[in-house]
Amino acid sequence: MMIDPIALFLLLLSASTPILFAALGELVVERAGVLNLGVEGMMIVGALSGFATAYYSGNAFLGFAVAALAGALVALPFTILTQFLMSNQVASGLALTLFGLGLAALFGKPVEGVRAPTMTAGPLGLNWIVWLGLAMVPAIWWFLNRSRAGLILRGVGENHDAAHALGYDVRRVRLAAIAFGGAMAGIGGAFISVATVLQWTEGMTAGAGWIALAIVVFSNWTAPGVLAGAWLFGGVTVLQLRLQAAGVRVPVQLLSMAPYLATIIVLVAISARQKFSRRAGGTAPGSLGQDFHALR
Amino acid sequence: MNRRQLIASVAAMTTISLALPAWAQDEPLKVGFIYVGPVSDGGWTYQHDQGRLAVEEEFGDRVETTYLESVPEGVDAERALTQLALAGNDVIYATSFGYMDAVINVAAKFPDIKFEHNTGYKRTENVGTYDGRFYEGRAVTGTIAGRMTQSNKIGYIATFPIPEVIQGINSAYIHAKKVNPDVEMRVVWAYTWFDPAKEADAANALMAEGVDVILQHTNSTAPLAQLQQQGKIGFGQAADMASFAPTPRVSSVYNNWAAHYVKSVGRVLDGTWQPEAVWGGIGDGIVAIGEITEAVPAEVKAEAETLRDNIGAGEYHPFTGPLNKADGSAWLAEGQVATDEELSGMNFFVEGINAELPQ
Repeated sequence: MMIDPIALFLLLLSASTPILFAALGELVVERAGVLNLGVEGMMIVGALSGFATAYYSGNAFLGFAVAALAGALVALPFTILTQFLMSNQVASGLALTLFGLGLAALFGKPVEGVRAPTMTAGPLGLNWIVWLGLAMVPAIWWFLNRSRAGLILRGVGENHDAAHALGYDVRRVRLAAIAFGGAMAGIGGAFISVATVLQWTEGMTAGAGWIALAIVVFSNWTAPGVLAGAWLFGGVTVLQLRLQAAGVRVPVQLLSMAPYLATIIVLVAISARQKFSRRAGGTAPGSLGQDFHALR
Repeated sequence: MNRRQLIASVAAMTTISLALPAWAQDEPLKVGFIYVGPVSDGGWTYQHDQGRLAVEEEFGDRVETTYLESVPEGVDAERALTQLALAGNDVIYATSFGYMDAVINVAAKFPDIKFEHNTGYKRTENVGTYDGRFYEGRAVTGTIAGRMTQSNKIGYIATFPIPEVIQGINSAYIHAKKVNPDVEMRVVWAYTWFDPAKEADAANALMAEGVDVILQHTNSTAPLAQLQQQGKIGFGQAADMASFAPTPRVSSVYNNWAAHYVKSVGRVLDGTWQPEAVWGGIGDGIVAIGEITEAVPAEVKAEAETLRDNIGAGEYHPFTGPLNKADGSAWLAEGQVATDEELSGMNFFVEGINAELPQ
């Protein structure tokens, strides 16, 4: 049985887009030293607001813009809780997920059972948002590694006390990073409702936010690593469905297991490399998940 | 409290408690439902909720219904069922296969409450089961699929390798093959009932293989959205999914649980309820075929409707021999009809399906 590798790759590009957006956003958030476990909640809010906007306005692109805004806004309570009230980031992030899922379920009632407008495809028959996601990878890489703002953001994430001593406003940097992460998660969620499913359904992100969180760790906190992780996850899923469709007689359970097996193998490889090279760079930011208090 | 007051109050309480049953007669019958998904899923849970609304419509003030949605299968289900039982529900409907053990456990603790479990097979003195013969509907959509395919490749998005799903695949294939001997069926196991993104990927994987008609057992509209983008066709599943008509949704197989719920609640109300094993099909109104749209040629539509009516009238059974199993061994002889026991334990593909059946 032959499977066209180009067609498979195009399928993979679409399939990995939601988790790519969400994981890129979370990468920036974590590089600023904040652990936001609310990705799933921000995605579902983006999925609903993007869908509702696209439906009422008839313009899918406007839907994505509103989804980005809504994703950023729903992350605002998380910012207030963790950056100003010093709440636990893990608990606040989980609360954000639950809050987002509930909020979207509540406000989603009026748009149940209606259809999103069809989008015109971009180059190679792929959605424009797929291309935007791919463009974000080098953009975020450049921002983090080559721009002054990115250097400050990483400094805040590595050692917030030092950054504060140098006169940088830690809270403001983190606030911007969390808002950006929310916007990216919102676009990722909207891709599912506006471009893939074309309908709104409660719980439609089905755990994509959690995979995005895993991919950030998997990527070793780098943008190209996030792309590789999103492709690996999306790719193995698409490949196993594709092999089944082609009638290749491989045990289905083995195929379904494949993404998780691949993750375990890569995580083992990463930790082994770190252990032996004792490399400090490119690993978890030093201040990840810690509260910052300027008066300390 | 002296003795006289005590006697008086005990007497009063006895009188009240004796009077209670009579008073309870005027209380509405409380009917509880637990759903595995959100009512808004547009599929499985939506259809159950339509059934609940039909019960309210039919019996008005005589019933009071409540539901819990998105209850995961497993330990949470037991808690949710207990909650419904403690809330005073007289009859409780559990609407997903995975609730089976939870229903049996909770029902044992509340012998006075009537339980019905959807798609299960365990029954006790106060637990009945109800299910649909979905394979009857899939014979009709299989016929349409066999007639409509240009590439002679039809696809099936399957969920889990359980008898109900295997019956559907076999039934669709048998009837597609009957009207189009060249037809081939590709099967993709999604291992989920509801994951829109994955369902979309499965549909795309099938279309990349040249499939132009897709039948699905998963519950979201995502495959239809993908079919539409590529100008291919498919069928609504679990609910009518009419917002995708006239194409890509050319017809649908859905569950009309209202037919069962109205009958069942009626029996509870008049005191004739028994823990039964209901397995209803097109003839009972539990399995319904959605409108066949104008995208389907008139003669194909007529053929499909004739098949539907024959099945509904009990004149034709979708599993009628001669049929062989995929491994080449004989199954049903000419004119022989599969028994319900064989169907409810079905764990093999029929001859001609070139796909692996996970064991």
